Amino acid sequence: MNTVLALENVVKEYPLTPPVRALAGVDLTIEAGELLAVVGPSGSGKSTMLHIMGTLDRPTKGDVSVAGYRVSELSDAELSGLRSRHIGFVFQAFYLLTGYSALDNVADGLLYTGVPLDERRARASAALETVGLSHRLDHVATQLSGGERQRVAIARAIVGKPSIVLADEPTGNLDSTTSSGIVELFHELNRAGSTIVVVTHDPEISASLPRIIHLRDGLIESDRVRELSS
Amino acid sequence: MNNGDLKSELHPSDLARTATVGARTRPLRAALSALGIMIGIGAMVAVLGLSESSKSELLEQLEQLGTNLLTVQAGAGIGRGDAVLPEESVAMIERIGPVEATAYVSSVDANAYRTDLVPEAQTGGIAVRAAEPNLLETLGGTMAAGVFLDGATASYPAVVLGSVAADRLGIRSLENSPQIWLGGEWFAVIGILDGLTLHPDLDRSAIIGEIAADEFLDHDQAPTTVYVRTQPENVLSVANVLPATANPEFPDQIQVTRPTDTLEAAEAADDTLTALFLGLGAVALLVGGVGIANVMVISVLERRSEIGLRRALGATRRHITYQFLGEALLLAGVGGLAGVLLGSGVTAAWAAYQGWDTLVPLVAVVGGVVAALAIGAVAGLYPALRAARLSPTEALRG
Repeated sequence: MNTVLALENVVKEYPLTPPVRALAGVDLTIEAGELLAVVGPSGSGKSTMLHIMGTLDRPTKGDVSVAGYRVSELSDAELSGLRSRHIGFVFQAFYLLTGYSALDNVADGLLYTGVPLDERRARASAALETVGLSHRLDHVATQLSGGERQRVAIARAIVGKPSIVLADEPTGNLDSTTSSGIVELFHELNRAGSTIVVVTHDPEISASLPRIIHLRDGLIESDRVRELSS
Repeated sequence: MNNGDLKSELHPSDLARTATVGARTRPLRAALSALGIMIGIGAMVAVLGLSESSKSELLEQLEQLGTNLLTVQAGAGIGRGDAVLPEESVAMIERIGPVEATAYVSSVDANAYRTDLVPEAQTGGIAVRAAEPNLLETLGGTMAAGVFLDGATASYPAVVLGSVAADRLGIRSLENSPQIWLGGEWFAVIGILDGLTLHPDLDRSAIIGEIAADEFLDHDQAPTTVYVRTQPENVLSVANVLPATANPEFPDQIQVTRPTDTLEAAEAADDTLTALFLGLGAVALLVGGVGIANVMVISVLERRSEIGLRRALGATRRHITYQFLGEALLLAGVGGLAGVLLGSGVTAAWAAYQGWDTLVPLVAVVGGVVAALAIGAVAGLYPALRAARLSPTEALRG
């Protein structure tokens, strides 16, 4: 097995009065090729955990390793480099640049890796084909439906072939039909080799994924792996 | 594990592209903030351009008039009455080596009227002066109509009118051979002078020949003004010896002036105005800079999620700083370039209207763009650093 992400006794406290302990000692290992859901009620620490897994934030205590790198040993700039090469993000609000084509939005997924523009666009085109949007390359964000926008955002997350894709409520802004399309896309990408973590509060989505982690009050309440009938 | 491969990279060309994101997503706002800089730079370039163009016009005028003309007058002061120069002063002045030509005029105690029916008190402010035929050439003057006095007409009752004098007497052409009533005699008008930029006193004069003045008006006054053309390189040394030459007995009573000095003095006054307008332009530029800073601060607030996304995609703090600083520089640079074009255009239009040569100094063009960029850098630095300081999680919260 090849571990792509490991959290060891991760604690995250926010220095408020009284201090808020968002994560209270989380241990988690994610192997390459996994597709898992992180669920839990509001305030359970889902988003904090995703930010720490994505190296957007550092833990107060504990160790985080991503793609074999120990986060505590990396500088801020090295963390940026780690994100540009090893981590893909999908957000609830898509965060596409308005006024830019789908192709250029996806190509921006490689912007900070030093890949030249032509190659970025070529790889973006391939990624858009993977998510089923090869006919929408030149459409700007405002010309796309919600589901299409999220597919563009997913293409942007996978264009650099990251070690892990972190999706934060990826269907939060979508209707149920569109949502199931997105979940199906995650399954396809996972079958093709991507490691994907989906943070969601939608039980229907989590139920369709092979591993479910329940968070409550900053702790992992349960971690279940199921065999899904395909 | 070796961390050397964890390098976040952004090509300079990509940095330039990210700096245009703001302008592409909000073009109107970008245009308006660039407008402030454009007006500031435009004003400064136009002020410098107009000042330079008018100066070149002045230099041309000076060249045409010649700066080697000096006038020598007896200092008129309280209690001195009508000051005249010593009789022999002209001959003395002619003997100064570098003097190329001299001409003199003397005031004639007479008045000029359109007809003999005009009441004596209505002089029209026209002075009568006696002169030699070489006066016109020495002054570099030109005729609007007719001819100047010559060896023959200088001894006849003939008169040449200065441009203002002709106007006041109502004589605009020499058709019908006009005559004027001068000192109790009829004088035929044989010529009208063009305006003499440097000698407004002659513009208001009726000029008759020295011999005619003597013969018809019993005038034997000594010269009141001597005009001296010198070799251009010796103007100052001649000016220095002129008082003692013209009146060895009382050299301090002699006034030597260089008429072109008045033009240069006027230009110096213009320079003060130019400095004032430059100051106003600088204020406009500063306001434009504040406008850019304002827009950038708002932009950073509005684009928090974009900043968060870029951090998530692997941008370092430095990349974010460069992006927003680049954007401020872009706005200011475009505004500066547009301002240089605007200022040059205004200069060209005004110069064309005035009949001047258009001259926009290179220092204004280069300085304009550099000043705009400097303002942009200052205006963009704080918002850019603020954007970079945002933590990715804070930024993603929107």
